[in-house]
Amino acid sequence: MRDYTIFIPEYIAAGSAVGIIGIELFWPKFRKDWLAYITAVAALGWFVAGLFFIGKDPNSFQGLIRSDDFTTYFRLLAAGIVIVVALMSATHMRTRTKTVAEYYGLLLVAGCGMVYMAAATELLTAYIALELLSFSLYILVGYLKRDNLSSEASLKYILLGAFSSAMFLYGMSLIYGVTGTTYYEGIAEGLAARGPGTDPAVIVGMMLILAGVGFKVSAAPFHMWAPDAYQGAPLPITAFLSTASKAAGFALILRLFTGALIVDAAEWRWAVAALAAVTMTLGNLVAIQQSNLKRLVAYSSIGQVGYMLITIAAIGYGDAKVGQDASSALLLHIAGYVIATLALFAALTAAYNRTGREDIAGLRGLAETQPFLALVITIALFSFAGLPPFAGFATKLFMFQGATTDELLWVVGLAVLNSFISLYYYLMIVRQMYLFDPIGDVGRWKVSPVLWCLAAVLMVGVLFIGVYPGPVFELTERAAQPLFDAAGLGGVQVQRP
Amino acid sequence: MTFDEGQGYVVLATIAVPLLAALVLVFTPGHQKMLVRYISAVTGAIVAGLSIYIFAAYQLDGSDAQMRLQWVWVENTAFLGKDGITLNLAVDGISALMALLTGVVAFAGALASWKLDFRNKDFYILYWTLLAGVYGTFFSYDLFFFFFFYELAVMPLYLLIGVWGSTRKEYGAAKLTLMLVGGSVLIWIGIFAVFHEANLGTFDMEQLWAAGRDGTLSPTFQKVFFPFMVVGCGVLAALWPFHTWSPDGHMAAPTAVSMVHAGVLMKLGAFGIIRLGIQMMPVGAEFWMPTLMVLGVIGAVYGATAALTQRDFKLISGYSSVSHMGYVLMGLATMNQIGVTGAVLQMYSHGVMTALVFLMIGALYDQAHTRDLKDFGGIAKVMPLWVIFYGIAGLANVGLPGFSGFTAEFHIFVGTFRSYPVFGALAIFAAALAAAYMLRMFAIVFFGPFNVRWSDLKDLTPLERLSGGMLIASIVIMGVWWAPFTDRVGQTVTLLPGVTG
Repeated sequence: MRDYTIFIPEYIAAGSAVGIIGIELFWPKFRKDWLAYITAVAALGWFVAGLFFIGKDPNSFQGLIRSDDFTTYFRLLAAGIVIVVALMSATHMRTRTKTVAEYYGLLLVAGCGMVYMAAATELLTAYIALELLSFSLYILVGYLKRDNLSSEASLKYILLGAFSSAMFLYGMSLIYGVTGTTYYEGIAEGLAARGPGTDPAVIVGMMLILAGVGFKVSAAPFHMWAPDAYQGAPLPITAFLSTASKAAGFALILRLFTGALIVDAAEWRWAVAALAAVTMTLGNLVAIQQSNLKRLVAYSSIGQVGYMLITIAAIGYGDAKVGQDASSALLLHIAGYVIATLALFAALTAAYNRTGREDIAGLRGLAETQPFLALVITIALFSFAGLPPFAGFATKLFMFQGATTDELLWVVGLAVLNSFISLYYYLMIVRQMYLFDPIGDVGRWKVSPVLWCLAAVLMVGVLFIGVYPGPVFELTERAAQPLFDAAGLGGVQVQRP
Repeated sequence: MTFDEGQGYVVLATIAVPLLAALVLVFTPGHQKMLVRYISAVTGAIVAGLSIYIFAAYQLDGSDAQMRLQWVWVENTAFLGKDGITLNLAVDGISALMALLTGVVAFAGALASWKLDFRNKDFYILYWTLLAGVYGTFFSYDLFFFFFFYELAVMPLYLLIGVWGSTRKEYGAAKLTLMLVGGSVLIWIGIFAVFHEANLGTFDMEQLWAAGRDGTLSPTFQKVFFPFMVVGCGVLAALWPFHTWSPDGHMAAPTAVSMVHAGVLMKLGAFGIIRLGIQMMPVGAEFWMPTLMVLGVIGAVYGATAALTQRDFKLISGYSSVSHMGYVLMGLATMNQIGVTGAVLQMYSHGVMTALVFLMIGALYDQAHTRDLKDFGGIAKVMPLWVIFYGIAGLANVGLPGFSGFTAEFHIFVGTFRSYPVFGALAIFAAALAAAYMLRMFAIVFFGPFNVRWSDLKDLTPLERLSGGMLIASIVIMGVWWAPFTDRVGQTVTLLPGVTG
């Protein structure tokens, strides 16, 4: 069935992207920050259009793209992220570049890529969506052309990204070779029909796919691009990298691993558990030594990816019930993580616009000069560390709880220990802001109203999820539902191990 | 609304009022320093009033949890079952006494910070958030909220000490925070394990306690995970050898924070041992209690010995706290009626008298800007009232009859002699050491040759007299008329699993 209506929200986003590029093309004098606001409004339209899809019957576009609550969840998340990042960029990019239309256009396009990574139910579609997101990001990371770091970051990101794409494709081709199809449900059927016994091609294929997506979400040891890309990219793009790109990666992983590869869970689940353990430990330990804020956030987000990977391992180890619990808790955690990260970056952008410094010591005495920003940064960091009453506490607790199976108790224990390690370097930042006096004789300064409101709204979001997670949790449970609906796989009852 | 439900809202108010005060303070202009002080004083008075009401209204009719309030928070979602997570507040005999302690100390601490001038708005925001966490922990009957409030109480300490502290404040704050959160990590792992093992789909503590009693939490499981809970909470209760944050933290903390921290927060640790250890894992408790007894005795003797050699007022009190919390742990480890009751009484007694000690140290330090014993001498000449107040705190500390310390320690010693006679003797030796370090300090500071350098020291301000007076009243009342205290605590202790008569 060809139902083109399921693409309506992305028609809005992509159409606006073209329109925005057109505006600057034909009207070069157009104010650069207004383009940011137009982008935000377009993304808002996209978001509202997405709202109409909540609770609608699942719909499939020729088995390639599924529109269900899971897709809708990531659609709303993508639109929300684009709104925030666009608003964050307004002042920041205006002073740093001459032309910004492509920047905002690509931001919208990258958001669409994210949605279709979540929606794809066929390997090549998933790959194309992934590349759509990646190529947009390659350009966005290197957008500050005159900045050597930015260009270097972009180059490194492209090279390693291409490498990982190759691995992903190779893995796909092996799976295709075994099952004869690229549709997720077909793969599940093909793997189930293969019967017991280990097939090297399947294992190698799965490992290559895992490595490929591991690159995208920057799981160690495939994380090397992340710190450099984070450091070189313009600050709002760093925010986009650490939220949208990660969320999209996990959307793809969830859809792929629950839909297609769950049949042979025994072949990959141990690798995911090991990947989770290595990723979180390495991310948190290396983060301790960082002095640059962006690099610190990069490593800290690598640590967060480690926590999230536990749920994927749990899907492999547990039955459908455990899988569903773990996925909904993961979606909740992603929501909390995204909001806290955006709050952090909104505040950091405001501070950077003023001081131009991106090392930790640049925040010295922020509690004196700009108490509100210091508060927002502290709340975001404490949320990452998992302290109440902030989002990270509740979402992490649910996520670890949902992922606790007999086989994974050790990884969960390690994760809790890692949260403790992470608190140390978060406190180092808090220390700079609250315990030291500002450098020189600077008085209070004001934050631009847009960034102030943005940070305030996001901060309230962090508190809301932390104090009353119930409603959001119910939403994410509904979003995770379609992944485990037997009917969702074209009526195939997947045999679970 | 029934009467019991109405009382439930009183319990809720103890958490809501401090949080509301913090919220109001957020929107109070920072330069209105007097307004900030008045808001805090009023909040303190309300909170103290609520606490006294809860203590007085607790019924001695043999029922355990009273004044219940339940608000369903998250249920039937994912791994959570019917009862899921519930804001489940109730009071038992132990938490009734702890509430009274918190109320008195919180009010006294709020008044003691009156002089604070540097960013006092931010100070009080954190202060009241911390206290909301303390009340929440004492009243929570839901594991999720228990841990939520527990962490909420610990978290503000870093900034409270780091920003407003004194000697080596950064070191003290970081050490304290990291050690306490390290303890929380163990508790957190323990919570995952308990939830997973019980497999009830709920964080309701009463159901989990039942699971602990009827063997749903298997004996092996309890033996393995009891140390997680007890060491995790024990860090906050200055369990030897995890006590090292205590002297450094207390030395660095500002007056009111020392009062609340030594007075109330350390009790959260011992309270956690009761809630998560004794009540949730009775088999584990039976297995591990002798070990806890040994650690408690070491803490009691070690703390007292270390206090004997210190020259800094706050270090003496810091080590003395380690010693007294050692008694609390010993009392809990006896696992008999009188010993455990004594442990809870000691939690209260140590709370009020330590708060008084830190209040007095603060009153002196604010003027003298030194805390070295050797700098002082003959202070009784210039600050007679200060000497009397401090003297009362010190004598209560030593366990002189007529003060709360006597009531509590007497119970503990009797309980210990019943279960472990040898350790009982060691505990009394530690009490003798307490007399030694207290009298040594009195001799040097209060009397001795007068140092003219201190001739212009002023005696206690009216506010310090008020807040000190409240604490002294609490000490004396429990010392001379302990029936209301022992009855309430005893009623709950009888119902604890594994506690012998």
